[in-house]
Amino acid sequence: MMNPVERAKQDWYPIGIVSDPRRPKRYATRVLGKDIVLETKEEGSLSVSCGDESWEITEAYDHIWTSPSQNPKPLFSIPEENERDRRFVPCGVVHVRCSPLRAVENFLDIAHFPFVHTDVLGSEPHTEVAPYKVNIDETKDEVIATKVKFFQPQAAKSANEGIVTEYIYRVPAPMTAILYKTCPNRDDVLDIISLFVQPIDEDNCAVWPWMALYDDESSMADMVEFQQLIFLQDRNILENQIPKRLPIDPKMEIPTRADLTSVAYRRWLKKSGALYGALIQPAEQSAE
Amino acid sequence: MEFTLYDYALSGNCYKVRLFASILGVNYEKISVEFHPAAEHKSETMLQISPAGTLPILTVGEMVLSETQAMLFWMAKTYDRSGAWWPNNYDPMAQAMVLQWLGFSGDLTATIGQARLNSLFQTPIDRAKVVKCSVTALRRLEAHLTEQSFEQKKFITGVFPTIADLACFPYVALSGDVGTDPGLEHDSYPAIRNWIYEIKSLPGFIPMPGIFEMHQLKDHEADPTIRQVPEG
Repeated sequence: MMNPVERAKQDWYPIGIVSDPRRPKRYATRVLGKDIVLETKEEGSLSVSCGDESWEITEAYDHIWTSPSQNPKPLFSIPEENERDRRFVPCGVVHVRCSPLRAVENFLDIAHFPFVHTDVLGSEPHTEVAPYKVNIDETKDEVIATKVKFFQPQAAKSANEGIVTEYIYRVPAPMTAILYKTCPNRDDVLDIISLFVQPIDEDNCAVWPWMALYDDESSMADMVEFQQLIFLQDRNILENQIPKRLPIDPKMEIPTRADLTSVAYRRWLKKSGALYGALIQPAEQSAE
Repeated sequence: MEFTLYDYALSGNCYKVRLFASILGVNYEKISVEFHPAAEHKSETMLQISPAGTLPILTVGEMVLSETQAMLFWMAKTYDRSGAWWPNNYDPMAQAMVLQWLGFSGDLTATIGQARLNSLFQTPIDRAKVVKCSVTALRRLEAHLTEQSFEQKKFITGVFPTIADLACFPYVALSGDVGTDPGLEHDSYPAIRNWIYEIKSLPGFIPMPGIFEMHQLKDHEADPTIRQVPEG
């Protein structure tokens, strides 16, 4: 198996929002424990350097992505980006002292909604997580959870009353999670909320939420604020999880049926060797 | 609607106004301003409303307030029928004490508030220095609240909460957002912890991200048949 750092180098990571007038000409940040600089030239072209190395760079989903590999895996696709009626909302970046994998896993969990996002994404006593389906799509190499249903008092900024929201989750890369959920305004389309995670190092990450919504009414500030509010509620939990890294061995954190997506995610990470930010169980010690 | 609040959900200073309005039961119009990432509070439109370029902003008719402490004072004088949140005019010493701790709340914004912004959004600061000053501020409050407790006073200036308590509360409660630097966690401050419980117990208390409500027993949890201790 490839070592976790080498495996992590094959992917793309978000480091900025394309149209961010406040980004300095030379913006210093970190990816996979390396100091890098994102440089914006006079004519607007972008480049990423790490010491003497020059890293790959691309733009997608309103974000600037970089990869240390000369030959990275293709960036995952979100076909809905071509639906021009959607409103595309980059929500900024929030730094969190937790493993990048923990941030993705928390996003995949719905059981915490009533307790962490009380009266917004969940409420007591509506705490039951009904059975849902999880698959690993071998052709696309993605984790997919479908038929996830949950009662939500305020599913989105545009929701006026509680609705049973249906969710589909996609994990197309180890540090990206995409959520499709019932659109409160329309029943023929799904809203999209993504979490793009920048691995600062194995114990720290920066999270760039991005949304593609059908919402004609809410102001940009309202939509961004709603997402930031939700994420800041999560941040508090994430920073208090112990261990900081995501345990891969099922014996270390006991899952329940509601955690099927997380179980599949951990298995998929293990299978594909994407263990940067994971806690790998030391070799079994004998019982004596 | 009694007033307009230009608000950012993650701001501790905006939360002071939201919290006090909830405690007083005052309805107001809330306009969200995208502090991050758009820095909308520095935009031309917003600077025309308040040249200070900060949040929150409270407006009523011609009056525009950009200092949170002034907002709390105005709200207390305008809406507080109990007269407890701002001491009455016959007690200048009590008023002076409230003003003193309102000033201290400004120190908390400049220390814990700035360190928290750095943790969330990587705003450039001298982090080591700001964290050190944050811990100094927390220790000062802890010492004061400990002395208050010897006189059976649960709040900063006495037996009842004032606007000084609300002004100091958010950034003290949010210090855990800053990091795991020694001296920022509440474990070391028993008097502060008790005070946080008192404020969270106030009728009308509302949470914000990073400041949770105390757990309340729901009806199904309070079922007496479940709580019965079996005999023998």
